[in-house]
Amino acid sequence: MEYTLFILLLPLLTFFGLGLFGPKMKPCVAGIIGTVSLAIAAALAYFTAWDYFSAPRVDDVYATVVPFHVEWLHFTDKLHIDLGILLDPISVMMLVVITTVSLMVHIYSMGYMKGERGFQRYYAFLSLFSFSMLGLVVATNIFQTYIFWELVGVSSYLLIGFYYTKPEAVAASKKAFIVTRFADLGFLIGILLLSYFTKTFSFELLTSGDHSIFADAAGVTFLGGSVISWAVALVFIGCAGKSAMFPLHIWLPDAMEGPTPVSALIHAATMVVAGVYLVARLFPVYYFEAPEVLVMVAVVGAFTSLYAAVVACVQTDIKRVLAFSTISQIGFMMVALGVSGMEGHAGLGYMASMFHLFTHAMFKALLFLGAGAIIHAVHSNEMSHMGGLRRKMPITHITFLIACLAIAGIPPFSGFFSKDEILAACFEFSPVMGWTMSFIAALTAFYMFRLYYNIFWGKPAQHEHEPHEAPANMTVPLIVLAAITCIAGFIPFGHFITADGISYNIHLDWQVAGTSIVIACIAIGVATGMYRTGTSPVPGRLAERFRGVHTAAYHRFYIDEFYQFVTHKLIFGGISRPIAWFDRHVIDGAMNGLAWVAQKTSYAIRSLQSGQIQQYAFVFLLGTLIILVLVLYV
Amino acid sequence: MEIRMEYYLIISTIMLFAGIYGFFTRRNLLAVLISVELMLNSVDINFAVFNRYLFPEAMEGFFFALFAIGVSAAETAVAIAIIINIYRNIRNIQVKKLGTMKH
Amino acid sequence: MNLLSLFVAIPLLMLLGLWLSREMNQIRAVMVTGASLLLALSFGLLAAYLGERAAGNTAEMLFMADTVWFAPLNIHYAVGVDGISVAMLLLSSLIVFTGVFASWKINPLPKEFFLWFCLLATGVYGFFISIDLFTMFMFYEIALIPMFLLIGIWGTGRKEYAAMKLTLMLMGGSALLLVGILGIYFNSGADGQHTMNLLEIAQAGLPLGAQRLFFPLTFIGFGVLGALFPFHTWSPDGHASAPTAVSMLHAGVLMKLGGYGCFRVAIYLMPEAAQELSWIFLILTGISVVYGAFSACVQTDLKYINAYSSVSHCGLVLFAILMLNQTAMTGAVLQMLSHGLMTALFFALIGMIYGRTHTRDIREMGGLMKIMPFLGVGYVIAGLASLGLPGLSGFVAEMTVFVGSFEHSDTFHRVLTLVATTSIVITAVYILRVVGKLLYGTVQNPQHLTLNDATWFERISVVTLIIAIAAIGMAPFWISNMIHGSLWPVIEQLTK
Repeated sequence: MEYTLFILLLPLLTFFGLGLFGPKMKPCVAGIIGTVSLAIAAALAYFTAWDYFSAPRVDDVYATVVPFHVEWLHFTDKLHIDLGILLDPISVMMLVVITTVSLMVHIYSMGYMKGERGFQRYYAFLSLFSFSMLGLVVATNIFQTYIFWELVGVSSYLLIGFYYTKPEAVAASKKAFIVTRFADLGFLIGILLLSYFTKTFSFELLTSGDHSIFADAAGVTFLGGSVISWAVALVFIGCAGKSAMFPLHIWLPDAMEGPTPVSALIHAATMVVAGVYLVARLFPVYYFEAPEVLVMVAVVGAFTSLYAAVVACVQTDIKRVLAFSTISQIGFMMVALGVSGMEGHAGLGYMASMFHLFTHAMFKALLFLGAGAIIHAVHSNEMSHMGGLRRKMPITHITFLIACLAIAGIPPFSGFFSKDEILAACFEFSPVMGWTMSFIAALTAFYMFRLYYNIFWGKPAQHEHEPHEAPANMTVPLIVLAAITCIAGFIPFGHFITADGISYNIHLDWQVAGTSIVIACIAIGVATGMYRTGTSPVPGRLAERFRGVHTAAYHRFYIDEFYQFVTHKLIFGGISRPIAWFDRHVIDGAMNGLAWVAQKTSYAIRSLQSGQIQQYAFVFLLGTLIILVLVLYV
Repeated sequence: MEIRMEYYLIISTIMLFAGIYGFFTRRNLLAVLISVELMLNSVDINFAVFNRYLFPEAMEGFFFALFAIGVSAAETAVAIAIIINIYRNIRNIQVKKLGTMKH
Repeated sequence: MNLLSLFVAIPLLMLLGLWLSREMNQIRAVMVTGASLLLALSFGLLAAYLGERAAGNTAEMLFMADTVWFAPLNIHYAVGVDGISVAMLLLSSLIVFTGVFASWKINPLPKEFFLWFCLLATGVYGFFISIDLFTMFMFYEIALIPMFLLIGIWGTGRKEYAAMKLTLMLMGGSALLLVGILGIYFNSGADGQHTMNLLEIAQAGLPLGAQRLFFPLTFIGFGVLGALFPFHTWSPDGHASAPTAVSMLHAGVLMKLGGYGCFRVAIYLMPEAAQELSWIFLILTGISVVYGAFSACVQTDLKYINAYSSVSHCGLVLFAILMLNQTAMTGAVLQMLSHGLMTALFFALIGMIYGRTHTRDIREMGGLMKIMPFLGVGYVIAGLASLGLPGLSGFVAEMTVFVGSFEHSDTFHRVLTLVATTSIVITAVYILRVVGKLLYGTVQNPQHLTLNDATWFERISVVTLIIAIAAIGMAPFWISNMIHGSLWPVIEQLTK
């Protein structure tokens, strides 16, 4: 399966081609080159998936294949960064997800970004991102993951700051990069710790279940936790940064300053789930060596999910609502991993997490692309500038509705199946977790339909141009993604991906499923009642009644302000400025002081060297006399 | 009355210290030069006296005195030339005023 | 003539050529020819070196030559290179080459400028090829002196002050160094036959008492040039006032003389003392790394930001050298290369931007990306290299340093490594701050709207450096292996 290398190389070459020669090309040529190259990569990825999953199972599991592998940088005999391609069920699944969404976004952007300054640059960055993300998922070792982890970070930075003359976009891109960089520091330290004790970066060795490679770490503890727990907890910080888990989520809502297709690709479907993917990749390490960290993953995921769902209920910018919804859904995936076991039915959470990752990528990309079409039509992100669009944009309306039903968990759409598995896994872990997640699912249904009704129903707003349906190159991706959303739920996912690799038959637990359908329907009903007409006084009255909570939620519970305080007041004002002052005045002052003392001393003894021979002769004579006296009488 | 060697030496010592004193204290370049001459001459006297009294059969002392007189004449010529040049340039030959080259 | 002596001979011939030149075009012709020859020679040497190694030559130094220069003190003109020197020579040639293009329109007194520039280059090349302590020290001084005139005459801002400060502080360092070298010399050689030859001294070893005394002197002596805290303050002022090409050469190559010297003289000749005393200097360099990065966060002058960033990055070089293991030292040399290239790129770009806007204050600029896209993109690439983006050289160097340092079995060293790793976040903060203010956003000064993008000679300079940075970043294995394979003599010394 050596051809898989081309899945990576094509976007990379496209990046270099468009980056170097893009400015000389016509915009549409650049767009077509980017799209065609990605289409070929997508075709190759589908073929890989077909090839991989049609191969016979060995010992009841799909064999891990490494079709390509080179040593890239040598550290010591055991530690070296390799670049390679590792194919196993989850990486093949990710290849399919990434290339599909990326292809849709490439096609969609031809319409959405038409006429923008820097169109070629945009496609170059998209190619760079696709390359980095594909490289991340096929990594054979944790350091390769880190390399591509940084590369997706920088592609995200470049794309968020695509409109670089807009101060908000610049600030948002900077924030995204620095927050994730801070998290990556945790990741890097985690890698250092892990490799110091295990003497390997390789995923295959780390996840082989062979306990002996952790033997060196036995008995080494720090603050009560084993050192491997610390290492994987630090790696999880990196994951939390990339996947926008609380409290490192603050960059994701701001990242919506980027072009909307970029939000769909990077900040909804692919890059933000890299954290989930990495936890899944290292799942055996978490499960066998650091079960307490896995509980932490579950708790962080659940809390983030709740927090983001609450905040999403009161946001008015449609992209922000979707951003918080993304954070909340990624929380679901994290929870599912956190509550998962390893074998058979106990590994349900793992399977559900990956399943949700897959379905969420599709319907969330669909939501963002739909939102893009709407923004394209009304030239605003604010809900108050929308309303009554269902007749003017029928295709967008239908596809958006499908996605909303999917995320709300209504059968037969894909979100129902994956979310249901997660809830089932949570109930098995503990009823508290199960009910919490069910409540969040209800909130999800509520805010999504609040969004839906505010956009497509209610009172039409005044517009300068009459909103109209998007062109075909924007609606086709919507239709394709909607189709996938309709059918993806019926994929026998457990057959392909499970924690221990052994095929598992998904069966709906009708008790859980029934409950969740009822809850979702009630939430949708409430949203319908409150927002369908757009004239209902209930939302306003509720906001008035719970003014404190409402305002706090609208301001995202002031987490951003807290960070602002920490970075600007404490780090800049409390550390950097004093250090800079200290350097100029104390250290440099000491050096200047030395020079000053030397100069003053010279001036002081300068009169001794008057140049008056008479004075010299006098001193000379005096000296002679003194020596004479000393020689004669002492 | 016999003229003893010590008398010459006393004279030359007085001349030497007068010269040294003048060299230290005089501020006029010409006076400084004269003081230097005084010291040189006192040494010349010593040469002659020692030769005459201690080694009457040798002539080195006299020759050395003559040689020193010659050198000092040359030196005086150079010094006076310098002094005249200084005087032409800054109209002054006071030692204290000649610090222009120091700055 | 020995291959290596050409590295000293060519700059000297360039001096002669400059002396005979009459007009600007002749001067440029001489400089471009000479710099290209040097660059070609460096690549030739690289090929020859790799060829020899591939053929199984395992000698410590290759292409050796030895001529007695002053017999009574046993001073030789002895030259030889290993993988580390080859890498450094390549770096020097790249920076001399790009420096020539960066100072294409130097004014006033172009001839004199390039005369001193060539003399500086002579010193640098001579230093890297020498394996005789005295010759090495002599070339070191030759490299320092022209700095004073180059900054004092062609600089900007408080140039006299900066020139004086830089020269005096570095001279202070070399005074310590001279004592150290003499100390090594008089303790070398078992049978009363003192020697200046590095290899011979290392073979015979120095008595421990002498090592304890002279290791700190030598290390601080070279450390001043390597911006060791607290002797780094010449760097911000010096770099800020120096003309573009001089900043490039100084930060790019001259600061590496410090790191190289620490490694080649202090550690290699006095391994036992290095092991005993490294903790003191590790703390100092650890401070350099974090302190420089924090200081850079609040500067407003582009050159000051870069100078403090250099303090941080060069701190990492010395830090890694002091970890005294093979991987960390490989990382140190890679970091020297990487920092040399990217800081030269930074200073070149800053010079070009300053030449257009006549200000280096980031508060007075903005939105330059739209006005000069080429320089803007160059700056972003330099910035990304500096903050350690994979695919560019900074990542390779930093990761090798961190992994190598963390392999140290002592907890103290590992904790310090963790402290040093925080610099990657702070670096991101100050780099993105500058990029955001300088290149993005809206244009602050309407007069800037009429400015031009880079000219052809500026493009040569920028593109060459970017290619070198990307080449190391994307395919690090060859250079990393070359350096790694040249470290065994030091490691053998340390484990003896």
